[in-house]
Amino acid sequence: MADNVDEDSPDRIKAGDYVVLKRGDIFKAVQIQPKKKAMFEKQWFLPDTAVGQLYGSTFDVAPGGILQPRKPKDTEGSTDANEAGTDNRHILDDGKSQKLTRDDIEILKGQGLKDQEIIQQLVDNSSTFRDKTKYAQDKYIKKKKKKYENTVTILRPSCRILAMMYHGREPGKICHMRYDMLAQMLTLANIHAGSKVLVFETCAGLVLGSVMERMGGYGSVIQMFPGGGPVRAGVESFGFPAHFHDTLHEFPICHVNALLAGTLDTACKDPPAGRGQCPYFMFFFYFQAQERKVKLEEKRKKLASAAALLEGRNADGLVIASRFHPCPVLLGLIQFLSPSRPFVVYSQYKEPLIECFTKLKERGGTVNLRLTDTWLRRYQVLPNRTHPLLLMSGAGGFILSGTTVAVDDSKPANSQRAEERISSCLV
Amino acid sequence: MSFVEYSDLIQDGDVAIVYLGPESMMPVKVKQGAQTQTRYGVIRHSSDLIGRRYGSKVTCSKGGWVYVLHMTPELWTVNLPHRTQILYTTDIATITMMLELKPGAVVCESGTGSGSLSHAILRSIAPSGHLHTVEFHQQRAEKAEEEFKEHRVDRLVTVRNQDVCKDGFGVTGVADAVFLDIPSPWEAVRHAKAAMKRQGGRVCSFSPCIEQVQKTCEALVDQGFEELSTLEVLLRVHDVRTVYLPLPDFGPDETAPQTSVALKTTTLPREMPGHTGYLTFATKPRT
Repeated sequence: MADNVDEDSPDRIKAGDYVVLKRGDIFKAVQIQPKKKAMFEKQWFLPDTAVGQLYGSTFDVAPGGILQPRKPKDTEGSTDANEAGTDNRHILDDGKSQKLTRDDIEILKGQGLKDQEIIQQLVDNSSTFRDKTKYAQDKYIKKKKKKYENTVTILRPSCRILAMMYHGREPGKICHMRYDMLAQMLTLANIHAGSKVLVFETCAGLVLGSVMERMGGYGSVIQMFPGGGPVRAGVESFGFPAHFHDTLHEFPICHVNALLAGTLDTACKDPPAGRGQCPYFMFFFYFQAQERKVKLEEKRKKLASAAALLEGRNADGLVIASRFHPCPVLLGLIQFLSPSRPFVVYSQYKEPLIECFTKLKERGGTVNLRLTDTWLRRYQVLPNRTHPLLLMSGAGGFILSGTTVAVDDSKPANSQRAEERISSCLV
Repeated sequence: MSFVEYSDLIQDGDVAIVYLGPESMMPVKVKQGAQTQTRYGVIRHSSDLIGRRYGSKVTCSKGGWVYVLHMTPELWTVNLPHRTQILYTTDIATITMMLELKPGAVVCESGTGSGSLSHAILRSIAPSGHLHTVEFHQQRAEKAEEEFKEHRVDRLVTVRNQDVCKDGFGVTGVADAVFLDIPSPWEAVRHAKAAMKRQGGRVCSFSPCIEQVQKTCEALVDQGFEELSTLEVLLRVHDVRTVYLPLPDFGPDETAPQTSVALKTTTLPREMPGHTGYLTFATKPRT
C-alpha cells in the first residue's frame, strides 16, 4: 500500500493547493486551506477534508461539511425501470402526482438519506412515473439528480476549466469572453514555449494565466498593466509551480511613452519627476519610510528588468483583452513586436475593432488582418434523443488578429498600389 | 526557422511563407541558389532571402514586392498541400484548449492526414512533449514523416503506419490526450483508453456525421469515459468596409446639404462555412 501512495503522490490533493470544485456544469475555484470553509451551490463544507485524496475524485458532502469519497458503484442508479408508457396522452399535469410534500423530503434529508435514496423515494411516490415513456423517466431522474445531488468533484485547474468557470459565473470580470474565443486567441497568437509574449488584459488574470499555461514555464511573459499594480487573482487559480513566476514580468503602461522615446530612467533611485501623476508610485505614499524604500527598490528592479525585455522591440506575440478602447492600446504596444509576429486583440464590441482595423491599414506594417467571431453550439447526444441544446451562448466577443511586417518608412508608388490591393473599401 | 520556435533571420533550409496579398500566400523552401517565380517576378533565394529578417519586404525582378513571413502552424494550415480534407484553425484552437495541450504533453493522434493538426499539436507540446501519430495510408504516412523531418520537428513526433482500430497507437499508458479523426472512431475508443495514462486524460473525436457521433458517445460511455461534451464551432469573418448610404431628397432644406453618408461597418460573406464536423470531448478517469 505504501508503494501505491508514493506513486500516486503527485496526483493527491495537498493543503494549499488551488483546486476547482465541480458539480455538473458549475465550477468554482478555491484554495484548500486548513479549517477554511467553502460555499458552493448553496452548501458549506470544508475542502481540506479532501486532502490526501486523488484529484478527479467525487465526494459526498456529509454532515459537518466533511467530504467523503464516493464509491464508483454508488453512482449507478437503477434506471432499469420495469414499467414505462408509450406517450403522454393520458398524463395530467396537475401538480398532484408527487405524494411526498416538501416537508416529507426535508424529513428524509434529516434522516440522512443519500441523494439516490431520496430520488428513489420520489420515483416510488410519483403516481405518473410508470406511465411516462422511458425517455421521460430518464429525464425526470436526471432532473431530480441535479436538484438533490449532494456531491462535489475536485479538479486540478486548467485553462479550459477556469475559462468555462469564469464564463458561467462571472462573465463581466472577463469582458464576456466565451471560452472558445479564448481558445482562438491563444492559437492565433501562436503562444508556445520559449517565446516572449506581451499581455494587456483586464480579465482578472484569466488570459494571462492561460498564456502562461501554454508557455509551460519557458520563455517570458510581460504583463502590461494600467493603474497602480497588476491584477493577477486569476493567475493564482491556475496553481502554477513556483518557477513559472520567474518568467512573469510586469510593466506599467504609464511608462510606455518614455520607454518608446528612450527617456525612461530605471537606474534612478528616486521615483521619476511627475510621480505625483503616475498611479504606479502614488501607491507607495502610504508606506512606512523604511518599508517603502525596500519596496521601491524591488519595484525599480522589476521595472528595469521588464524595460530591458521590452526596449529591444523584439517581442514574439501580443495579446490584448480589456475593457479599455483597444485602438490606442494596440497602436502603442504593437511597436514592441518584431516583424512577422502575430497579435490578437479581443473586444466585447465590434466597433472599436473596426477602428483598429482602419487605423492599422493607414499605418501599414501589418498583413492578414481579420475581424472574426466564433459561433459555438453544444449538443445533447443520446440514442434517439440527439439534438442541439436548447440554449446557446449569444455573445462571446470579437477578435482582431494579424501579423506584423516591416514598417514602410518610405511611401513610394508601390505603397499606393498596396493600399488598392489590400484595402477592402467598397461601395 | 522552426515550426516550434521563432528565429529572426531567414536561413538556408527554412520553410517560409511568401505573402503576395490578402488571400494570396505560398510556402517556399529556402535553398541556396534556388529561385521562386511569382507574379511580381523572380525571387532569388541567395540574394533576396537568406540573411534577411523575417517580415522584410522583398522586391522581385519585375519590380513588384512581397513580404516573407516566419512559418507558424496557422500559416501552414492555409498553405499546405492537401492530401486529405484538413482541419482548420478554428477547430484546431478549440481542440488545443479542450484537450488541455501544453508543453510536455504526450498526445496520440489518428489519422495524420495532411498534418494540419499535427503541426499545431507539435507547437503546443514542444519542447518536452511527444506526438504519436497513426496513419493507415502508407504514402501519406511516409509523406508526413518526410515533412516533419523537413520542418525540423521529427524529434518530437513518431509516425506509425498502421490501422488504429486494429492495432492501436503503438504505445500504452503514456498519453495525456488522444485525438481521433477517422471514419469509425468508436472502434478506436478502447485503444484510446489503453494509450492514455492511468491517471487519466482527455480525448477528442472529430466526425462530420451525427450518426458517427452517436456511436462514438456510446463507445465512450461503455469504456468508462466521463464528462462527455459534443459541440461545434464556426468562424464568422467580418469584412470591414466603407459603405455609402444615400440620403432622401425631401425638397429644399438648408439643414441637410449632403446627398449621402459614409459608414464604416462590417459585412458578412454571402456564404460562410456552415459545418466542418462535430467535436466530442471526454475525460478518462483514473483507472
